Amino acid sequence: MYRYDQFDHQIAKERVAQFRDQVARRLSGELKEDEFRVLRLQNGVYMQIHAYMMRLAVPYGMVSAAQMRMFAHIARKYDRGYGHFTTRQNIQFNWLKLQDTPDILADLATVEMHANQTSGNCIRNTTSDEFAGVAQDEVVDPRPYAEILRQWSTFHPEFAYLPRKFKFSITGAVQDRAAIEINDVGLQVVKNAQGEIGFRVLVGGGLGRTPAIGTEISAFVPWQHLLTYAESIVRVYNEFGRRDNLYKARIKILVKAIGIDEFRRQVEEEWKLSKDGSGTITQAELERVAACFSTPGYEQLPPADAAVATLQKSNKAFASWVKRNVKAHKVPGYAAVELSLKRAGVAPGDATAEQMDAAAELADQYSFGELRITHMQNLVLADVKQSDLIALWEAARINGFATPNIGLLTDIICCPGGDFCTLANARSITLAKAVDERFDNIDYLQDIGEIDLNISGCVNACGHHHVGHIGILGVDKSGEEWYQVSIGGSKGSPANIGKIIGRSFSFAQIPEVISRLLQVYVRERQSGERFIDTLRRSGLDPFVEYVYATPVAEDEKLLLPDYDLIKHGMSYDTPYYSPRF
Amino acid sequence: MLIKNNALVADEWIVLRLKEGEAADSVTVPAGNVIVPLPVWNCQHEALQGRKELGLWLAGFERAEDIPDDVHRFPVIAVDFHKYTDGRGYTLAYRLRNQYGYRGELRAMGDILRDQLFYLKRVGFDTFAVRADTDIRDALKGLSDFSLTYQASTDNAQPLYRREKRGAAR
Ligand code: SF4
Repeated sequence: MYRYDQFDHQIAKERVAQFRDQVARRLSGELKEDEFRVLRLQNGVYMQIHAYMMRLAVPYGMVSAAQMRMFAHIARKYDRGYGHFTTRQNIQFNWLKLQDTPDILADLATVEMHANQTSGNCIRNTTSDEFAGVAQDEVVDPRPYAEILRQWSTFHPEFAYLPRKFKFSITGAVQDRAAIEINDVGLQVVKNAQGEIGFRVLVGGGLGRTPAIGTEISAFVPWQHLLTYAESIVRVYNEFGRRDNLYKARIKILVKAIGIDEFRRQVEEEWKLSKDGSGTITQAELERVAACFSTPGYEQLPPADAAVATLQKSNKAFASWVKRNVKAHKVPGYAAVELSLKRAGVAPGDATAEQMDAAAELADQYSFGELRITHMQNLVLADVKQSDLIALWEAARINGFATPNIGLLTDIICCPGGDFCTLANARSITLAKAVDERFDNIDYLQDIGEIDLNISGCVNACGHHHVGHIGILGVDKSGEEWYQVSIGGSKGSPANIGKIIGRSFSFAQIPEVISRLLQVYVRERQSGERFIDTLRRSGLDPFVEYVYATPVAEDEKLLLPDYDLIKHGMSYDTPYYSPRF
Repeated sequence: MLIKNNALVADEWIVLRLKEGEAADSVTVPAGNVIVPLPVWNCQHEALQGRKELGLWLAGFERAEDIPDDVHRFPVIAVDFHKYTDGRGYTLAYRLRNQYGYRGELRAMGDILRDQLFYLKRVGFDTFAVRADTDIRDALKGLSDFSLTYQASTDNAQPLYRREKRGAAR
């Protein structure tokens, strides 16, 4: 992975000093909260009712064992012993004191990390494919470009006060695992007919109140021009993006308002002025950065391991785990393994300090000391020998990482929702818990196969409900908690916004509604089809008809007044702050 | 007082702001070194053309297309930030310096904070009229928050990877 040189270290050090001074001035009262707010947000610090939350940057989701141990250290020393991995491949801590945050930054700098621009109206941390570098369908490894983007966007003087937050995402594979179509700018690294590397560039994607799929602004920008092209896009946005209404300030609204052709014309016009200038990426710089992502020392191994095959036959739990949590690798004899952070009773994406230490240990032992964080809020060990799979599985089980549910119904993306977020219309985590309980039969889950269930507690869409195969949105009906259900959304290849199926449901009806949708899938599916494939082929009608054919009964248990988070042993009591900012 | 080229200097200019009831085409532009708002220049430029010591100020939200072509005639151009979170003035300054080639004094005024001076300087401002409630000596420190930068801007036309031999000892 990328290693800092003396310049990166120097910049990181100066950032810590700058923020330390700002915090000191805030604590002394010299800086007022209104003026401090923007400064702390650009260092990932949010103010909550009871404590400060801090979001640390994990550039494109890559993290070393040493860095993971630093997270554990931060969880223990400054927080309450756990952290929360986010859908943008970062990690956040929820119970901090403001006066500690400069020390946290200083600790992070010792392991080449920071919290730069993880919030605020600036260019955020770039996300990428969690299988970058190891995926079989990869055309070009996107990570060197992601790192080059990181450096360009870090403390960019012109773009620290944009109309709204600005997100890049980059993939280099055929299958889009980085959701590039729902980012402000989506980049797909491609090769043209001559074999030259460049980017297909999408612009104007995003969720929230007005969900939009990104539109292609250029089919091919040669890699040398990545930064000048990106800069042209952001400059036009900075100048013309709306600033009068928070909900209309994202670039998607600008692109919609003037149309992609006019937007493209403006960007190209702008680009003429900087193209081929000093912002052009040099071969030397690309090579320097790319060298950090060179392939690790793989051994020559047989493509499959006999002991793994044997245990798969005799041990159902192991077989389920291999099926769901072990992914193909481009090098024979290796596999990528997902450590699930989704288990009953724990908020999706939460991990304890002990788990972080354990994950670091596993990375050192089995995967060249590196991990990745996924947008589904799980962890990945990307380079595991197949002959180590059994030992790794045992260790993963001991540490609560082995739920065999990657990609299944219970691998839910869900926002903090009404249990924690002041903006919510309805509970999300508790609903995820109810779904977990209703569908706890692993054979059934395996049979249903891949399906994305996404839950948001309100229209801000932190739980990405628009792009769930099944999306659930908390809505308010005269002060009561209701849920709107949409189906047919998809986060990539291609991305789609789901369609609402009809009138909304109560909390206690939702598990049954999901069950009915799954029944239609089982009835209609043709061999090999996933839920989303069947839905795309057959259309919404059979699903909608069946769901509303007869009254949906409420699950009595869910109506009990004590059916809530705490009573069901949720492992924390944090008042989360909305991640929407 | 002003911060100009990293030092404190006396302000030799008067900024003309339209008061209620005044109109751009009829307001009297006083004698001396005056920085006039864009609408006044647009309405009165025939009368004002002969005055050499005339500055221009633009609102932070004014756009490149509103900038007069003859920017080079002004010894001072100021950008007025109405709210420190509105970043359009940064792009405006970048354009003035890099696309219009403006080389005169470029002044940031209005709602600007000490912690913004470094970025403001980077995009091309060389003079800062901080708010009256800001300790100007203290604000000076804001100009030197970083000794190194990654990307090119007006202050340094080369990005770090063209300026330095990167990848050296950690
Ligand atoms: S603001 Fe975000 S976290 Fe809060 S309820 Fe709405 S979608 Fe969920």
